[in-house]
Amino acid sequence: MQLTGAQALIKSLEREGVDTVFGLPGGAILPVYDPVLDSSIRHILVRHEQGAGHMAEGYALATGKPGVAMVTSGPGATNIVTPIGNAYMDSTPLVVITGQVATASIGTDAFQECDITGITMGITKHNFLITSAQEIPRVVASAFYLATTGRPGPVLVDLPKDIAQTQMEWWYPESIEELDLPGYRPEVDFDTHALARAVELISASERPVLYVGGGALKSNATRELLAFAERTQIPVVTTLMARGAFPDSHDQHLGMPGMHGMYSAVTALQKSDLLISLGTRFDDRVTGKVSSFAPHAKIIHVDIDRAEFNKVRRADVTLQSNVAVALRAMDDALAIPQNLDVWWKEIRSWQERYPLVYDEPAPEGLLRPQAVIEAIARSAAPGTIVSSGVGQHQMWASQFWQFDEPRTWINSGGAGTMGFGVPAAIGAKVGRPDRTVWCIDGDGCFQMTAQELVTARSEGIPIKVAILNNAYLGMVRQWQEMFYEERYSEVYLSADLPDYVKWAEAMGCVGLRARTPAEMHDVIARANEINDVPVVIDFRTDTSEKVFPMVAAGASNDDIMVHPLLRGGQA
Amino acid sequence: MSPEPFLGEVDAAPVHHHILSVLVENKAGVLARIAGLFARRGFNIYSLAVAPSEGHARFSRVTIVVDAQSAPLEQIVGQLDKLVNVVEITDLAPQDALERELLLASVPIDETRRADVLGVTARTGASIVDVSPVSVTVMLAGTPEACDALERELEAFGDVALQRTGRVALPRLGQMASA
Repeated sequence: MQLTGAQALIKSLEREGVDTVFGLPGGAILPVYDPVLDSSIRHILVRHEQGAGHMAEGYALATGKPGVAMVTSGPGATNIVTPIGNAYMDSTPLVVITGQVATASIGTDAFQECDITGITMGITKHNFLITSAQEIPRVVASAFYLATTGRPGPVLVDLPKDIAQTQMEWWYPESIEELDLPGYRPEVDFDTHALARAVELISASERPVLYVGGGALKSNATRELLAFAERTQIPVVTTLMARGAFPDSHDQHLGMPGMHGMYSAVTALQKSDLLISLGTRFDDRVTGKVSSFAPHAKIIHVDIDRAEFNKVRRADVTLQSNVAVALRAMDDALAIPQNLDVWWKEIRSWQERYPLVYDEPAPEGLLRPQAVIEAIARSAAPGTIVSSGVGQHQMWASQFWQFDEPRTWINSGGAGTMGFGVPAAIGAKVGRPDRTVWCIDGDGCFQMTAQELVTARSEGIPIKVAILNNAYLGMVRQWQEMFYEERYSEVYLSADLPDYVKWAEAMGCVGLRARTPAEMHDVIARANEINDVPVVIDFRTDTSEKVFPMVAAGASNDDIMVHPLLRGGQA
Repeated sequence: MSPEPFLGEVDAAPVHHHILSVLVENKAGVLARIAGLFARRGFNIYSLAVAPSEGHARFSRVTIVVDAQSAPLEQIVGQLDKLVNVVEITDLAPQDALERELLLASVPIDETRRADVLGVTARTGASIVDVSPVSVTVMLAGTPEACDALERELEAFGDVALQRTGRVALPRLGQMASA
């Protein structure tokens, strides 16, 4: 069967089981958009290429399947660089197709030419520049294989326009051998010696902690984690990337560690004698000052990527493995720690003394952002998916929302990409139309990518957006207040400009606003009744509210600052 | 870890250098991927040599002398191994490796210095590969240390144009190389 390169590309996507592509056409990718009309694949036309990338990420994080985005060359390609970088930092499986100028024009500074494979070399797991139409099936199959196996990540496929227009004889690789990837071996031999040493360390431990990262979600290890944790009674912390991997409602869950982590989670790591680190990379937001992080702990480090071993913290045992496989093996080996009663008693005392708290709203004052999140969460259906942007609202969402299911928390962790929330929520809703999707956003983040609500409205994707509008770039403001002597430099945004309600309405969404607790409950109830169009709520929140607990950047986790309400008892 | 890759001048090979013999797919951009990885991770390259490998058009062998003080060798190898086009990495500790490189130098001469240059050439095992009335080009294929020694000797002759290839290496016979 003779096909054009363009037809072969779309057919290859169909063969990979792709049901949705997020994209925006342009000159170099034009030939590929023609067969889109004849395909079963749903194409979602975004308003900015960054939106396409974040939607694909949201789709991937919510479903576990790779997200797919397609854009044109030059500025189309550079506009999607941020999502690619974001997906790289968070190991999100993504396949990005970019149009490229015709082969003969490459290197001539042609119109809308850019070296996107060069630009994305450091932020993709791998990328391809297709040089022959006959190779399209192999490259697409390789891209999906690379994106989804081993440590997942983004893969970019750059397709020159002339190749999209060239005839090829259709074929498709039937096996991994046909992919021609001699340097790629995602499967690793399970190291039974390392397992035995891990079991020994667990058996000897008196203050162990299961330090769970995003790898636990990538490897679908939720069941194995629950089984292992319950059998061993070891306390669990879940990093920002792992929220939902272990139920927040579970008695053994201490919550999130790190810069804005729960006091008990941060301190349990500090006082631990053994960290069982599962698919986590000792990020600086978790460790604080590395030299004083968990100083008494031995480390078992389980990761599919061996380059994470000993990168930040030297491990006593390294086990290169999928987290689910490693947990099953540790469970089968009946690894069990010493009696943990004393350890748990200590942990319970921290939990009791330093719970998550915030000030009651002043009678005349603005809303507390934490109260808004709690109110939305209380009224949300079980399994509701929550996305967020980056900043204070993100930390509060992670702290105050109860995540009891995997893939219900969609956020930008490693890269910290402001503006991630709205498009990611759209992608999540496309992937999981059966679920309610809330985006907890900040006013600064919302302004970066809000135009994608036009996409959401026109494509019939009814997400709900809660803007915690404190009129500031809140996290930067918090740092300026705490560490720059309250010298507020370029952080004021205004609560009224733009008018978020009018903006929402102009984009075809329902726009609501709440200034008081009564209004807050009212608009949340109304938002929950609307299921056909996107809803945007402008919650006017207190500017002075800060995220606590907090470990200052570069400080030791031992110097965690708790909320002022709790400081009376702190030494 | 230094933020910039170290590409400046050094007097001699760093003490903690390691030789990575890296088999890569012979595809466009592979060298850029390797160089880019070293640059963004802050790993220092001391020297680098590339050539088609083992009769295959499909693979090339890249011999990289890395500074194992700029980053732990385990990190360098682990990150390098993640490059999809990297097929195999052999780590050669200096004591287990047979290392050679090639040095070419054009040395200005006059009647009085001609004999001195010939003397140095003979003493160091180099050979004369080109001659003109005003200069002579010498070549040495030898250990990096021998090339260093010749380079030092030639400094005395003033304006010397000198090029070195960077080293290539194989494991010493009978030695175990670790992957």
